[in-house]
Amino acid sequence: MNFTLKIWRQKDAKSKGGFETYKVSDISEDTSFLEMLDILNNDLIHAGKEPVAFDHDCREGICGMCSLHIDGKAHGPGQGATTCQIYMRKFKDGATITIEPWRSAAFPVIKDLVVNRGAYDQILQAGGFISVRTNSVPDANAIPIPKADADEAMDAAACIGCGACAATCKNGSAMLFVAARVSSLAKLPQGRVEGARRAKAMVAKMDELGFGNCTNTGACQAECPKSISIAHIARLNREFLSAKFED
Amino acid sequence: MAFKLDAKIPAGELAQKWSNHKAAIKVVSPANKRKLDIIVIGTGLGGGAAAASLGELGYNVKVFCIQDSPRRAHSIAAQGGINAAKNYQNDNDSVYRLFYDTIKGGDYRAREANVYRLAEVSNLIIDQCVAQGVPFAREYGGLLANRSFGGAQVSRTFYARGQTGQQLLLGAYAALNKEIAAGTVKSYPRHEMLDLVIENGEARGIIARNLVTGEIERYGAHAVVLASGGYGNVFFLSTNAMGSNGSAAFQCYRKGAGFANPCFTQIHPTCIPKHGTQQSKLTLMSESLRNDGRIWVPKKLEDVKALRAGTLKPSEIAEEDRDYYLERRYPAFGNLVPRDVASRAAKERCDAGFGVNETGLAVFLDFKTAIARLGKDIIKQRYGNLFDMYEEITDVSPYEEPMQIFPAVHYTMGGIWVDYNLMTTIPGLYAIGEANFSDHGANRLGASALMQGLADGYFVLPYTIGDYLSHKIQAPKVDTNTPAFEEAEKAVRAKIAKLMSIQGKQSVDDIHKRLGNIMWENVGMARSKESLTKAIAEIKALRAEFWKDVKVVGDPMSFNVELEKALRLADFLELGELMARDALNREESCGGHFRVEHQTEEGEADRDDEHFAYAAVWEYKGMDAEPEMTKEPLNFEFVHLAKRNYKD
Repeated sequence: MNFTLKIWRQKDAKSKGGFETYKVSDISEDTSFLEMLDILNNDLIHAGKEPVAFDHDCREGICGMCSLHIDGKAHGPGQGATTCQIYMRKFKDGATITIEPWRSAAFPVIKDLVVNRGAYDQILQAGGFISVRTNSVPDANAIPIPKADADEAMDAAACIGCGACAATCKNGSAMLFVAARVSSLAKLPQGRVEGARRAKAMVAKMDELGFGNCTNTGACQAECPKSISIAHIARLNREFLSAKFED
Repeated sequence: MAFKLDAKIPAGELAQKWSNHKAAIKVVSPANKRKLDIIVIGTGLGGGAAAASLGELGYNVKVFCIQDSPRRAHSIAAQGGINAAKNYQNDNDSVYRLFYDTIKGGDYRAREANVYRLAEVSNLIIDQCVAQGVPFAREYGGLLANRSFGGAQVSRTFYARGQTGQQLLLGAYAALNKEIAAGTVKSYPRHEMLDLVIENGEARGIIARNLVTGEIERYGAHAVVLASGGYGNVFFLSTNAMGSNGSAAFQCYRKGAGFANPCFTQIHPTCIPKHGTQQSKLTLMSESLRNDGRIWVPKKLEDVKALRAGTLKPSEIAEEDRDYYLERRYPAFGNLVPRDVASRAAKERCDAGFGVNETGLAVFLDFKTAIARLGKDIIKQRYGNLFDMYEEITDVSPYEEPMQIFPAVHYTMGGIWVDYNLMTTIPGLYAIGEANFSDHGANRLGASALMQGLADGYFVLPYTIGDYLSHKIQAPKVDTNTPAFEEAEKAVRAKIAKLMSIQGKQSVDDIHKRLGNIMWENVGMARSKESLTKAIAEIKALRAEFWKDVKVVGDPMSFNVELEKALRLADFLELGELMARDALNREESCGGHFRVEHQTEEGEADRDDEHFAYAAVWEYKGMDAEPEMTKEPLNFEFVHLAKRNYKD
């Protein structure tokens, strides 16, 4: 298969970026999208040009490192898949493919397609944990937890922190990301203890870092590679409001 | 000068060693902990858990990772589960049984005392993770669920769907975030350790490259903890993440840390087969699939031909024409034999011409029987995400047709030598998790890597490091303006300048693929004196070629992925040779190390306890000089050395 690629190139955070056009040929349909970029990069290196910088690591859809807007869609075509899990058979032979970094003010570009997602770490540092000390805990089976609750906690905990939700949201909101963590811990008895404090602290940090507000468009859920439901945002709102009432 | 290895194994009964040792070692008072600095390299299960626990104890911790966030370390990709001796299933599991299974699974090439301690603390890990909010799978009664993994006849594996590593790592990362917020831990993402600094024979800090700006930076500490994972990517194609590398460990080896059993590599039996030359990595299908999946190839060669020609579907082959070769050869364990055994058995069938895809390098993993027994819904609940992933990659639905699988490089049991305290041959330098060599012998059992990483990080290192640091309470802050730091930084800058100056004709990946090919063909699943000698010569030649002909483009003082890769490949090109040398020295077959000269009539590994019941610990002597090997004898006081038997 052959493709024309329009790729965002940007030297560093301070420089102005722009699109460059490249051609790749003889790509197998079983080749993954990132392998296709590897092939382009190897060609560029042989031509003495700088390869395109993009984030990636596990290439199994779990580390959350890869992060591309492909033809205007976070993580490209396909439901419930990260960029690294997209295979070229999803594209038409001869297609022109536009590749951009995450589009979000909270995730500034570092170089080309690589962005800084440190804001997500900061939100979790504000309260996305249960304050237990190492080796100071009860037996794992001491508190039975209904299977349905544990399953729902797991649904939310599947978040890989890739940033697609905020990058997709027209308001640049990180609500799905924050909700996934808050909701996962809120469904478990051991997470309830700090529930109110957690919801307030994480929301406050999210606002402080310049993420936008949620207007329930549902775009985040549609683009989430782990199909995390916006029902968790409803739970976050409930947690946040009841925490505020307690004040 | 050969190493003087002292494993510092405490005396006494096996079950009392760790308790006795903990009672005997020193502790550091809270006021003094505040004055002590610790560097942790890596934020996977080992590094993340260690950094969080050490910060919580009151030490000043600096934690480094090459990814953009600590949460992305490769531990995250572990799918199937984590072992613990809870005996929640009432199937007569115990600490001793987990210990015994691990020693036996490792083909009697691990230290008894370390493995027993691992089994002993395994239960604490599950308690810890549940308290952190890890959403393990549960039964309808609300209690924790378990499943079985290879090399065990009990169900002791705890899991969170097919994302256990992710959930455990998010637990450790949350604990780390708690400490970052408290100010006891400072996180340095997108930083790569490029050298270890030693003063007066002790680890004093590191030289790191800021991967965003390209700056070379110095960091001092009273102790350095290496938690940088394994080196499976020496094979280019493996199940490891693209960034996983052996460089941090290799720098320590270069600076005098012993490297133990480098040839012990795990080839995982259930990976999606290679599809072509454009491939960048291999995808693992969790071992948990072997709970319900049955592995087979056709009995008749004509069926193999028809499959390859596409005129026959696997589901059309009758039961009596299928060879469930693991069930046939190993009736007691069946499809749940350890990984090394399952991988070799697949290779044996493929070598005999029964491989089921065009390349002849694939076998079937079939869920037909399980779907008939349990229904599609239950199978979907158990493995849905894995089935989806498989279909995404191959375009075939495992609900309709069997999966095709083939062995691939997955994990390295070898690593930096450590004593019982997890300290390396360099005082003040510790190695934990996959980066060390200590617990898995010649073959790691499934669901034991997560266990070891967390055991080391949460429950072992935070105690043992106190014993060393108790002697440092009057030591001042480490000054990084000293000749040792100066020299280390200069050497790093010179190496980078050299790499940038070559401007040859081959990209880093071009050369890495060639190295991978040499390794897979000669230092892979079947090794011989001939193949290993050949590999050593070829790697040497390739290394020379690399230093003359590699092309690294871009500016070193910027975000430069090619430079990162070149620095890592330079080390792989030495590490590959070390692996081949170690494999050549080990004139026996054990676990994942299979020397074709040493096999039984049935083709099983033929271990030689008389001559090789030791860990081979290698000492660096220079890039093109032969390393020197020192033996750490493995004394089995409590288990009887026996031939591994998974047949009855």
